[in-house]
Amino acid sequence: MEQLDQLVQQAAADFAAAADGAQLEQAKARYLGKAGSLTERLKSLGKLDPEARREAGAAINAAKVAIENALEARRNALREAALLAQLAAEALDVTLPGRGSAQGGLHPVSRTLERVEQLFASIGFVVADGPEIETDWHNFTALNTPENHPARSMHDTFYLEGHDDVLLRTHTSPVQIRAMQAHVERHRDAAAMPDLRIIAPGRVFRVDSDATHSPMFHQVEGLWVGEKVSFADLKGVIADFLRRFFETDDLKVRFRPSFFPFTEPSAEIDVAFMSGALEGRWLEIAGCGVVHPNVLRFGGIDPERYTGFAFGMGPDRLTMLRYGVNDLRLFFEGDLRFLSQFR
Amino acid sequence: MQFSEQWLRTFVDPQLNSAELGHLLTMAGLEVEEAEPAAPAFRGVVVAQIVEAEKHPNADKLKLCKVDAGTGELLQIVCGAPNAGAGMKVPCAVVGAVLPGEFEIKKAKLRGVESFGMLCSARELGLSEDHGGLYALPEDAPVGTDIRDYLGLDDTLFTIKLTPNRADCLSLAGVAREVAAITGAPLQLTAVEAVEPTVDARREIVLDAPAACPRYCGRILQGVNAKAPTPEWMVRRLVRSGVRSISALVDITNYVMLELGQPLHAFDNTRLQGAIHVRLPRTGEQVLLLNEQTVTPAADTLLIADEARALALAGIMGGEDSGITLETTEVFLESAFFAPDAIAGRARGYGFSSDASHRFERGVDPELARTALERATQLVLEICGGEAGPVVEAQEPDALPARKPVRLRPARARRVLGVTLDDEAMLALLQRVHLDVARDGEDFLVTPPSWRFDIEIEEDLIEELARLHGYDNIPAVAPQGSLMMLPSSEHSRPVWALRHLLAARGYQEVVNFAFVEEAWERDFCANENPIRLANPIASQLSVMRSSLIPGLVDTLATNRKRQIDRVRVFEVARVFERKADGEPVRGFHQVMNVAGLAAGSVLPEQWGERARNVDFYDVKGDLEALFAPRELAFAPLSHPALHPGRAASVRLDGHVIGAIGELHPVWVQRYDLGSAPVVFEVALDAALAARMPAYAEISRMPAVRRDLALVIAMDVPVERVLEVLRAAAPAIVREISLFDVYHGKGIDPDKKSLAFRVSMQDTQRTLEDAEVEAAMAVLVQQAETVLGGRLRGAGG
Repeated sequence: MEQLDQLVQQAAADFAAAADGAQLEQAKARYLGKAGSLTERLKSLGKLDPEARREAGAAINAAKVAIENALEARRNALREAALLAQLAAEALDVTLPGRGSAQGGLHPVSRTLERVEQLFASIGFVVADGPEIETDWHNFTALNTPENHPARSMHDTFYLEGHDDVLLRTHTSPVQIRAMQAHVERHRDAAAMPDLRIIAPGRVFRVDSDATHSPMFHQVEGLWVGEKVSFADLKGVIADFLRRFFETDDLKVRFRPSFFPFTEPSAEIDVAFMSGALEGRWLEIAGCGVVHPNVLRFGGIDPERYTGFAFGMGPDRLTMLRYGVNDLRLFFEGDLRFLSQFR
Repeated sequence: MQFSEQWLRTFVDPQLNSAELGHLLTMAGLEVEEAEPAAPAFRGVVVAQIVEAEKHPNADKLKLCKVDAGTGELLQIVCGAPNAGAGMKVPCAVVGAVLPGEFEIKKAKLRGVESFGMLCSARELGLSEDHGGLYALPEDAPVGTDIRDYLGLDDTLFTIKLTPNRADCLSLAGVAREVAAITGAPLQLTAVEAVEPTVDARREIVLDAPAACPRYCGRILQGVNAKAPTPEWMVRRLVRSGVRSISALVDITNYVMLELGQPLHAFDNTRLQGAIHVRLPRTGEQVLLLNEQTVTPAADTLLIADEARALALAGIMGGEDSGITLETTEVFLESAFFAPDAIAGRARGYGFSSDASHRFERGVDPELARTALERATQLVLEICGGEAGPVVEAQEPDALPARKPVRLRPARARRVLGVTLDDEAMLALLQRVHLDVARDGEDFLVTPPSWRFDIEIEEDLIEELARLHGYDNIPAVAPQGSLMMLPSSEHSRPVWALRHLLAARGYQEVVNFAFVEEAWERDFCANENPIRLANPIASQLSVMRSSLIPGLVDTLATNRKRQIDRVRVFEVARVFERKADGEPVRGFHQVMNVAGLAAGSVLPEQWGERARNVDFYDVKGDLEALFAPRELAFAPLSHPALHPGRAASVRLDGHVIGAIGELHPVWVQRYDLGSAPVVFEVALDAALAARMPAYAEISRMPAVRRDLALVIAMDVPVERVLEVLRAAAPAIVREISLFDVYHGKGIDPDKKSLAFRVSMQDTQRTLEDAEVEAAMAVLVQQAETVLGGRLRGAGG
């Protein structure tokens, strides 16, 4: 029996010495193969008497199981080592950059407009649109600015050759008129017209070009007409908007008396930040007011029953303040080094 | 309007410092744009008299002065100014004085002689750019007085931006009235007394257009010395209002306009013939204006004329040859009311504006004409001497602006403003600005004073209440309304979704001008008759664009100049074309497009991909992704901007919605682009339309796939092949898709091999081989008979 124990130990040692699968198989043959030492012993069992054969047989079988276990263990160990070697060989430089395309981005003013639309949509304003080549009537007359009105000189208007009744809109306010007319038409048969709440972003044009003026720039018009709309509501909405837009309560909003032909009372809206580079400076960002009764009438709405407020904001200015851009012209120059910063 | 705070404070002097006064004006609607000190900070400078001025013993250009600075002893001061002379009064910075720029005056030794101070030029005190010599003060300047007090330098120059409705504040008196109303400080305007005539020189006045000019006052002044100097105090106030001093008579008319708000005009009376007529022009009449411009007045421009000729554009500008000169001894002074409608816009029509027209078109107090004439008379007599004739006043009372009472409903005012002001408080506010208020039941009847042109309807009063109550005192409330959801459709998507899609595919959004160079329209759009601006800002911004592509090409050129080779940009904007029945503005078609451009390497430079320039199919893939799952159709296109063999029209549901292609090599060269970009432009509304997903049952039966390789003539487009195959395919064919295109070895040079994968399936049963083979046979047969193709490998 001692011989068997030695054999098992010898086999385990041989298996462990096998460096790869082929050597292991050779070692296996030495013990378990046709001429293997264990096989030889099994063959020799026939010479023993039955009692001794049973006893010796059991011992040899036990040794065989032990050797087979040792073999299997070694096989597993070699497989695992081979796998580890393969994995090590397959290793990548994970710090190499990922493959593929770069992202583009939205124009910075678009970013602003998208947020403006979202913020106003959250209190029920829908987006309205109007033409950029606009009639003189919509741009001025219907906004209570008759010909020769001194307020017309406040706008330096682009006119089109061969047309004296059309122009490039100088503001987004004509959308007010178009939206009111459409709203009235839509609810012509209703006993009470629901509130009209629109926001109208767009491009506008003025004959003006220097560091702080571009002949084309953006505006966002807002309009809310209903039976109970007041100047106090206007103040509330604008203050709410500015705090949400700039994501801070750390600002002051000021309404300052002003004049626009299409609103009365009218106000300029100034904002001042309580910290940052522009701390404490009043910055003009919008004009607003209670819609003038003549404008409501031009829109087909009874000013006795309905009142409204309107505002016109400069999203270019909002964008400059939001991101600290110091030159308006950058927005219109198409310089990818500038634009790609807003991805 | 610019004015001096000191001058204002002679009329109303509230207990506020300059900054507080400025804030008050701004919050009252008279926006202070600038508040500048009249002089920079300095101290220790007094009025002094040069008692002796002798040559410096050691320097030719210096003088040795003995100066009386009121200190009780004469100061020895060395001075280099050429005009320094004995008897002259000048500003003297004594030892210890600090001049602008923190420059301290110390006892000094100049060329061996001690100097105890410095005599100053106007520039050294920061008062003007004049450094020709010492600032010569008037002979009566009191020696020893601080120069800041003597010249009134502790003053602030306010510039206010007046809105067109507040013409009543275009004068010191008007601003003072407003300040008094808001602060409650007493208002003390200059008392103007009528000047008794001492000569009987008079000129008749005829109002030929009484609606335009319902009141005209005139007066002759004789024996006037036009060369008399304008007094120092008047010059100072004019200059601090931004008005140059010209001559005494001109200065007086300007002064009265600034003080009271009434524009005046002074004629040389000897150049007038007969009565003054205020009338409309006659055909062909011309006027040579003071600014040396000759105008032919339009039919609606009001004139001042005598019996011989037209003299001036009423309320706008005087004439060159009837105006006063330094030789004038007889003046005819005009002080009139011209109706705003008769003046508005006229000056602008002739390409200029004037202080007079600016005021008249906004509204001058119709009751002011006579008062202002008396005030001017008084000043002329004081300054230039002479004798005054009687005031001749022509008027048409019915044509004067009537101040009608305006009804104010306090409840409505509260509702519109969202405030809780009670009636008493409203009454008090209105009365502060000289509004005459009467009660009529629940309502107020409010009559505005003659100088207020902006109070005609109830809203004007509501605004006045808001302003006087203070915008700051109106609460900011979160509005209340009925909660209703906004519509949200699956049949369209927001433009933001499109922008983000393009951005995700590597495109950067740009915003280009809507007006472009005329050449771009011609080159890229073959548009010989673009919509032109009547008043473009520059020639390269003179026509409205009908395509977004030229702008993107320009963006590419700009960035290429900045060494950015890989450019992928897009724009969402409106394009403009002529169209007789255009909506919503007749004559114009103006719709939104989305356009993109890709140039340079298809991918950013990187280690893991072979560098390759972007091509037609890359951009086509982007465009298809933009519309997915809807399918676009493409067909060869001839387009002025695009390579004739690499351009396609883009169709959706049978309608052409745009174009795609490689930029024509001619433009690549002309615009110096280096390599050709691929561009697309499609209608935005088509890109925003979306399709509701439609559910179809998923088959549980196995699908069969077969490949079909066809050899077909080079010029047969793939889309045509697919169209033919799909049309002929039996119902079991679910999908036919292209997976390979080959031409080259083994294929005729004028042919190509197209490999399609055909998927077949039935929802109810497993397909049998026979029907699969039959379907394939149908496809092959169609390819042969309709398209002239053959199965690859069949028949060589």
